Amino acid sequence: MEPQITHRTLTHLRALEAESIHIIREVAAEFQKPVMLYSIGKDSSVMVRLAQKAFYPGKIPFPLLHIDTTYKFQEMIEFRDKFCAEIGAKLIVHTNTKAIEEGANPFRLGTQKCCALLKTRALLDALAEGGFDAAFGGARRDEEKSRAKERVYSFRDSFGQWDPKNQRPELWNLFNSRIDKGESIRVFPLSNWTELDVWHYIYLENIPIVPMYYAKKREMVVRGDSLITLEHNMPLKPGEEPQMVMSRMRSLGCTYCTGAIRSEADTLPKIIEEMIQFRRSERENRVIDHDQEGSMELKKREGYF
Amino acid sequence: MAAAGLEMPAADWLVSTAQTELLRFTTAGSVDDGKSTLIGRLLYDSKGVYEDQLASVRKATRNLTTDGLDLSLLTDGLRAEREQGITIDVAYRYFATPKRKFIIADTPGHEQYTRNMATGASTANLAVILIDARYGVLPQSRRHAYIATLLGIPHLVVAVNKMDLVDYSEEVFTAIRTEFNAFAEQLKARDLQFIPISALKGDNVVTPGGRTPWYTGPTLLEHLETVPIAEDRNLTNMRFPVQYVIRPDQDFRGFAGQVASGVIRRGDAVTVFPSGRTTRVESIVTWDGKLEEAFAPMSVTVCLEDEIDISRGDMLAHGDDTPHLGRRFEATVVWMNEKVLEPHRPYLLKHTTQMVQAKVREIRHRVDINTLGHQRASDLHLNEIAVVSVETQRPVFFDAYRKNRATGSFILIDAITNETVGAGMIIGPDVHHHSGPVTPSERMARVGHRPYVIRLAHTDAEVARLIERHLFDQGYLVHVVEDAQHLAQAVRTSFEAGLVAILFGAAAQDSSAVAAGIAVDQIITMDRAQFEDEAQLLHAVVSTLATGNAGNVRLTDGAGI
Repeated sequence: MEPQITHRTLTHLRALEAESIHIIREVAAEFQKPVMLYSIGKDSSVMVRLAQKAFYPGKIPFPLLHIDTTYKFQEMIEFRDKFCAEIGAKLIVHTNTKAIEEGANPFRLGTQKCCALLKTRALLDALAEGGFDAAFGGARRDEEKSRAKERVYSFRDSFGQWDPKNQRPELWNLFNSRIDKGESIRVFPLSNWTELDVWHYIYLENIPIVPMYYAKKREMVVRGDSLITLEHNMPLKPGEEPQMVMSRMRSLGCTYCTGAIRSEADTLPKIIEEMIQFRRSERENRVIDHDQEGSMELKKREGYF
Repeated sequence: MAAAGLEMPAADWLVSTAQTELLRFTTAGSVDDGKSTLIGRLLYDSKGVYEDQLASVRKATRNLTTDGLDLSLLTDGLRAEREQGITIDVAYRYFATPKRKFIIADTPGHEQYTRNMATGASTANLAVILIDARYGVLPQSRRHAYIATLLGIPHLVVAVNKMDLVDYSEEVFTAIRTEFNAFAEQLKARDLQFIPISALKGDNVVTPGGRTPWYTGPTLLEHLETVPIAEDRNLTNMRFPVQYVIRPDQDFRGFAGQVASGVIRRGDAVTVFPSGRTTRVESIVTWDGKLEEAFAPMSVTVCLEDEIDISRGDMLAHGDDTPHLGRRFEATVVWMNEKVLEPHRPYLLKHTTQMVQAKVREIRHRVDINTLGHQRASDLHLNEIAVVSVETQRPVFFDAYRKNRATGSFILIDAITNETVGAGMIIGPDVHHHSGPVTPSERMARVGHRPYVIRLAHTDAEVARLIERHLFDQGYLVHVVEDAQHLAQAVRTSFEAGLVAILFGAAAQDSSAVAAGIAVDQIITMDRAQFEDEAQLLHAVVSTLATGNAGNVRLTDGAGI
C-alpha cells in the first residue's frame, strides 16, 4: 500500500462534472430510449457538453429534443441549428402545430394556458411519439424553492405527471431506473449545480452560448420594470415606443415571457460579475413563475420540467 | 463571501475560485430546534441568497427575527409542506464561500423520517446535529448521531442552538457536551466538534459571538470551511465498476465509469471481475486528453491492452488488492417503504453498476435506534434498521462499507412496484452460513439480547420466579438457576446458551458462582434490601436490562457501525 496523497483532490466544478457524467452514462446504459431536452439556453449548453464528455471519443448516443413554441428568438434557432450540426448531434424539433393552427398564442390565451399547450403538452406529446423512456433536463435545484427537493431521477407516471409524494429515495450514486411501460423518468444531471457554477464552467470550458446572453444595443419596449423585445409582432400598448437599449437576456425562453435587463455586460466575466452584484434569481424576469404562488410546482405536477 | 470577488476583476476571480473544494453536509434536527433558521442564517450571512428570494420572504414573514426576516422561510419547500409548516423530505441547498462550495442535504428530524436522514447522509462528508440548549440531548439527537455514523459520515458537529435562551451559559453547554460524548463513544464517531450557537441571533454561526467569551473554538462556518476532508476518501483500494462500453468504431474500445475508490494508472496490471482475467491499462481517455492516472471520484474511460470480453457491471481492481467476490454477505439495512421487508421475497439489488436479483435470507436482529439494543425481528417496517444476511443470484464484488462507501453500499428495489425500498451497508461476507460451532453472536442474534447473570441478593425463589415470568413475557429467554450442587457450572451453561440466568438467596451472594468467564458488564447485581418492595426491585431489573446499563455495552460488533 502506498501513502495517500492529498493533492489528488477535485475542485468543486470537476467534482460536479464527474457526478453529472456518471448520471448521463447511467441513463444511457439503463434505459431503452433516452433523449436530451435541449432548450438552447446556457444550462442546456453545459448539459450537452457533459454528454459529449461522457461518451468521448464516441458521439452522444441519444438525440436532442427541442420543443419549439415558435415564439423563440430567431437568434436562438440559428444558434441551435449551427451548434447541433457542428457537434454532429441528432436533433428532433417538436411543435404543437395543432394548437398553433387553432390560434394558440400568449397574447390571446395568457401565459399560463399558452405554456400548458405549447410547452407542457408539446413536450408530453413529443416524448410519447418518440417512445422515450428517459428525458434529460437541465434544471437545477437552486433555481426555485420547489426544486430543492427534486430527485436526480424524477419519476413520471404514464400521463407524464409528477407526484411529489411518489418519488424514490436516492442514496449514494445508486439510481433506480426501473419503470413500467408508459412510465418515464426525467433526469437532471445538473441538479447540484448553481447558476454561478454553470457560468463558471462555461467560462473555463469555453462553451458556446447564444449571443443574446451578451449585452448590446437592442430594440426594446420598456414596460414597467421589464424590457420586452419586438419579435413576433408583439402588440404594443398605447403610448409605447420601441427604443434602442443596451441590454441582454439573463435567461432564454419565449419572446413574450422573457424580459431583458439593462446591462453593459458584453463578456462572460462581466456577465458573472453582474450576476454576483445583482444577486437576483435568473427567473425574476420570467413572467411565468410569478403567475401564481408555487407556480413551478403546479407546472411540474402537470408534466412541465 | 462570494462577494469578495467584486474587489478583483471578475476574470481573476473566476480563476481563483476555480480551485475551491466541495463539502457536502447534512443537517438534522427536530421540528423546533431551529434547523431552518440555522440554514437560513448560513445562506443569508454568507450572501448566498438571491435578492428576489429575499423579497418574497419579506412578503410572507411570520416570525420576525432581529433582522425583520424569518430566515426559516428561505428554506421552506413545497406547498403541502408549507401548509403543514414542517419539512418532510430531503431538500438540497447551495452556498459558497471563497474557501469551499457547500451542498446541504436538509433532512427532517422527526421520528418517522429515518429514511430521509439516511438519504441525506449517504453522500455527506459531515453532519450537523442540532440540539436545543434548553432541552439537552433528546432521543432524536441520539438517533441523528447514530444514523450519521451508520451511513459513514466521518465528521459530526453538534451545534448547541438557542444559546440565547439559556443566557449563553457555559454550564449548559458543557453538560450537553459531556452527555453527548458519553453516547458518542459507543458510536465510535471519528471526529466530533461541539459549537454553542444562536441561529436566531447569529452567534458563532458565521461570525463569533461576543456573548460566549468562554468559547474559543471556531464558528460553525469556519469549521465547515476548514475541516479536512481530503483524507476521508478511500484512495487506497482501486475499484473501477464498468458503467458503459464506448465503441465508436473498430479501433476504439473503452470502458467508461467513475473511479469508485483508489487510483488507477496507465500501465497498471488489473484484474477483471468476475472473469478473473488480467491485463494492463493501455490508456485513460477523457475529452480533455489522456491521463496518466485517475482517482476517485473521476469519471473517465479506460482502455485495456488485451481484448477481453467486458460489459457493464464488471469491475476492475488491482490483482493484489481485490474486492470480496460472492453471493452472500451481511449488511445493515435501512427500510424505506410502507410495504415491509419480507425474508425470502425476491428483490432487485443495485450495487455499483450491477443490478441483480437478491433476497434477504435472514434478519439477524433489528436495531432499536433509541437504545441501539438488538431485537429479534421476523420482518422490517418503514424506518426500521436491521442487520440482515443477503443472498444474490449472481456474485457481486464488494467491500465493507466502513472501508469503502462506494463498493459497500446497495439499494433494494421492489420488482413489482419498482420502488426503492431499502438501503444497505455491507458489513462483510456472510460467514454465518458456514458449518461450524454456533457462535455467541449468532445466539445473541437469535434470542435478541445478550446473555446476563442477574444476582438478586436477599430474595427467595418466589420473587425470582416472579421476575423470571415478567422477563419471559417481555421476550427474554430467562431461567432461574437452582442447582446448588453445581452452581458455578449451571450458571456458566445458562450463560453460554445465551440465556438470562437468575440467582437468588445465598447463591446470589456466592461470587465464586459467577466468576468464571463472565464479563463484569454482563452481571447485574441487586440487593432486595435496597428496595422498598418487590415491585421496585422488578422495575430496576427490567430497566437495567432494557438500557443495557449493566455493561453499558449493548452495542456490539454485530451492529455494523
